[in-house]
Amino acid sequence: MSTPQEFVERALEASASRGCVVLVRSQSIANVRWARNTLTTNGETLATAVSVVALVDVPGGVAAGSVTLNNPGPEGIVDLVRRAERVAVEEGPADDAGDLAAGIEASPDWGDEPTVATSADLSVLAPQIGALFESGRADGIEHFGYAEQSVTTYYLGTSSGVRLRFADPEGRLELTAKSHARSRSTWAGRAARSLAGMDLDAVDREVRQGLAWQANRVDVAPGRHTAVLTPSAVADLMIELYWSSVARDAADGQSVWSQAGGGTRRGETVADPRVHLHSDPLMAGLEAVPFVVTTGSSGSSSVFDNALPVGAVSWIRDGVLENLITTRHTAVETGLPFRPGVENLRLDLAGGTGSLEDVVARTQDGLLVTCLWYNRVVDPQTLLLTGLTRDGVYAVRGGEVVGAVTNFRFNDSPVGVLNRVDDAGSPVATLAREMGDYFNRAAMPPMVVRDFNFSTVSQAS
Amino acid sequence: MSRGVDADFLALPLDACTDAALSRARDLGAVHADVRVVSILTVYTRVRDARIEGSLLDDDSGLAVRVVVDGCWGFAASDRIDVDTARSLAERAVALARISAPLSTTRVELAPEPVHVGTWVSAYDIDPFEVHEAERLDLLTSRSAALNAHPAVSHSTASLHAVKERVHYADLAGTRTTQQRVRIESDLTAIAVNPTSGSFETMATTAPPAGRGWEYVTGAAVTVGGARAWDWADELAALPDNLHEKTLAPSVEPGRYDLVIHPTNLWLTIHESIGHATELDRALGYEANYAGTSFATPDRLGTLQYGSSVMNVTGDRVVQHGLSTVGWDDEGVGAQSWDIVKDGVLVGYQLDRSMAAEFGLARSNGCAYADSAGHTAIQRMPNVSLQPAVDGPSLESLIGGVEDGIYIVGDKSWSIDMQRFNFQFTGQRFHRIRAGKLVGQLKDVAYQATTTDFWGSMRAVGGESTYLLGGAFNCGKGQPGQVAAVSHGAPVAVFEAVNVLNSAQEAGR
Repeated sequence: MSTPQEFVERALEASASRGCVVLVRSQSIANVRWARNTLTTNGETLATAVSVVALVDVPGGVAAGSVTLNNPGPEGIVDLVRRAERVAVEEGPADDAGDLAAGIEASPDWGDEPTVATSADLSVLAPQIGALFESGRADGIEHFGYAEQSVTTYYLGTSSGVRLRFADPEGRLELTAKSHARSRSTWAGRAARSLAGMDLDAVDREVRQGLAWQANRVDVAPGRHTAVLTPSAVADLMIELYWSSVARDAADGQSVWSQAGGGTRRGETVADPRVHLHSDPLMAGLEAVPFVVTTGSSGSSSVFDNALPVGAVSWIRDGVLENLITTRHTAVETGLPFRPGVENLRLDLAGGTGSLEDVVARTQDGLLVTCLWYNRVVDPQTLLLTGLTRDGVYAVRGGEVVGAVTNFRFNDSPVGVLNRVDDAGSPVATLAREMGDYFNRAAMPPMVVRDFNFSTVSQAS
Repeated sequence: MSRGVDADFLALPLDACTDAALSRARDLGAVHADVRVVSILTVYTRVRDARIEGSLLDDDSGLAVRVVVDGCWGFAASDRIDVDTARSLAERAVALARISAPLSTTRVELAPEPVHVGTWVSAYDIDPFEVHEAERLDLLTSRSAALNAHPAVSHSTASLHAVKERVHYADLAGTRTTQQRVRIESDLTAIAVNPTSGSFETMATTAPPAGRGWEYVTGAAVTVGGARAWDWADELAALPDNLHEKTLAPSVEPGRYDLVIHPTNLWLTIHESIGHATELDRALGYEANYAGTSFATPDRLGTLQYGSSVMNVTGDRVVQHGLSTVGWDDEGVGAQSWDIVKDGVLVGYQLDRSMAAEFGLARSNGCAYADSAGHTAIQRMPNVSLQPAVDGPSLESLIGGVEDGIYIVGDKSWSIDMQRFNFQFTGQRFHRIRAGKLVGQLKDVAYQATTTDFWGSMRAVGGESTYLLGGAFNCGKGQPGQVAAVSHGAPVAVFEAVNVLNSAQEAGR
């Protein structure tokens, strides 16, 4: 049985080309799922994926071949390197070819074993889940939910001497509650590095509050209304915006950040001047991999950039588009600075204070949206998204929730949303209901957005 | 061509691992245990403006053990495929089931299934993984270059995605199966940018993914029923002109229109509004926290008027070249086909063994699937298809019968609510129909409806000549999230007075 470090060293020893990148991802996941007040599935998995990116001199430049195998074993690693070299030769020169990062100090914990998540990480929740089921049965509430603890430990080694390690834990807890023959439905979620600090009882209190609010129904017709978006709903919109902030797409004229006449909208005021949308791999509680890790090149990543430091970056500051995601190659192409993507995102609204409850209390007339779901880009030119409200929309009148309204389909753009902010609270770590599967390090404020386009009614409850 | 399971997969210690895990699970008190040895090969290559952008080759293999102990599931998986690991996984799965049992108030019961022993390989001629990367790349770059050569095209992208799944399954009842499936898809998109206005339009190929080999993307495949050989040369030749026409097209006036929908678009509407809505686990509430539930609840089976009388929908795991087609599912259930909607009425669901037992049915219809060794099998979608009319009309005849409408081709954006009521779709091309004739393209079209209203408005379905097997590689469901490939057959169909939005107006442009 090989260690991740042995995989890295054996692959680099076997490399017979001009350069080599070896990425080992040791991933462990423990999870439990429940529905209708009973446990449904559970699992514990452990996998080690070894990726080799071979950099090979070919006519016309340098080629990159990327191959990934699960746990290839000591004898399989040499074959893996040969396969990557063959793929590189067949692919031909890469447009994004560049020198590998060098002179980077090795991680002090390089020699450590992978950090592992096991079902023991769920043990703290087990009694709370049992109590949840009991109270649900007693109170006529069905609970549905999911808890997961995972850890991915990255080991990145290159022929240029890089040896970097990063352990990346993720915890996630979700709870849906339904009552009254499922005519009422609510949801709450949490994301953090560890499940250990999560309080299922508090989440239960939150969903029970939603069920209680739904005792009273309020008729509201579709149309443009003031929306009070929870941090989760804001996160889903902002992650879509962030993922659409790729410099090359903008420079090619294919994104909301494209400038008429060519180029990008960098430097343009694109949002309310209070808006600061930013990332930082060292952000407390939202720590992310602080160096580039990628096994394939695209408009937003380059295998040649592996190991380069990922730093703090403002995407929109004071309402001005300040940066777009670039690789070293696309930075040169577009004339923009090198700004690799970061796996976290935070939105601050200058002057925004207080919690969601505080923001609701300051709202005279609006619709409180628990979360958004099935959000898809309809028009990339405006970044028009369509999607649906889910598991609770509430009428707010005079600073109080007065009842539940129907769900709606929305058609709106996160760029438009950032230009129609009436009020905001303080950012808090949150779980995006939809994007949380792929991106769960977000800190977002609750936000009041005027003229949010609630397009049509959804009968879903 | 009839192919066998790859020798390198058969060389793995399949029987030794499954025997070790099953015997250990039995010894520890499991009343059911199943073991999967899985190897999934994936290649994904992207080209931009006739130059390679990136390529990934992945081999995801492992061993999974699932047990029922004390009426509760336990699951454990590893990427190691050896006897010691198999035994250890059985112990971990049993331990997890025992830990979980106090939290399980509903005992897991499985619908019975005959014992199966055999091997099954999907229908394909050329294994995409035996094609050199250079050849794969050459196909994409030459097609991208041809698109870029047209003056209307500013940029183009091309991608190729191929998957080969190899699964050995065994359970305590004695079923022991080995199967190998191949699927492939390729997408090309042309982009037209107006540098002065900053506006842009895109148009993508409408070729569906298919349970076929390399021969499909080169255009050398043979049509089998709705699994059609694709005329890539023809579609790619027309794409730039279609795109150019779209850039000049008027923006749609929102309102209600009769829609003639091509299967390259309708497959996705079927997927979202019928496929997911008729998963029994969803209808019972098991997906409520994630994918959602369904309006098509079990109490409405046999009475729910899902659509008009010309609506007949089947589920199957047997259609040749279907993306969900198998020999047996991931619970050892033999592949079948059945009715889901008959003459417009809901008559069937998609099942796995525990759902079938809970619903009081004698047998599962074989919809269990796990997308890797690392995930447990859950109920996933079979091929769900809208049936054509026997001796039904042609495309031309259907368009000819519409006085004032829109003909929609190709899929693009899609969204539907958590109970599968309210949906909104766009497409690649929207052709205005006036007096039964196509009179030019429109743009900014999105159609929005409630599921039963929409299918209730279906006035006509085309005949076999219009039937096409569409589908997707990337249907998501479950927690932890899993993806599955699925096909949807559809004829061209006509819908009356559907609500059409103008997406530019929706965005406030």
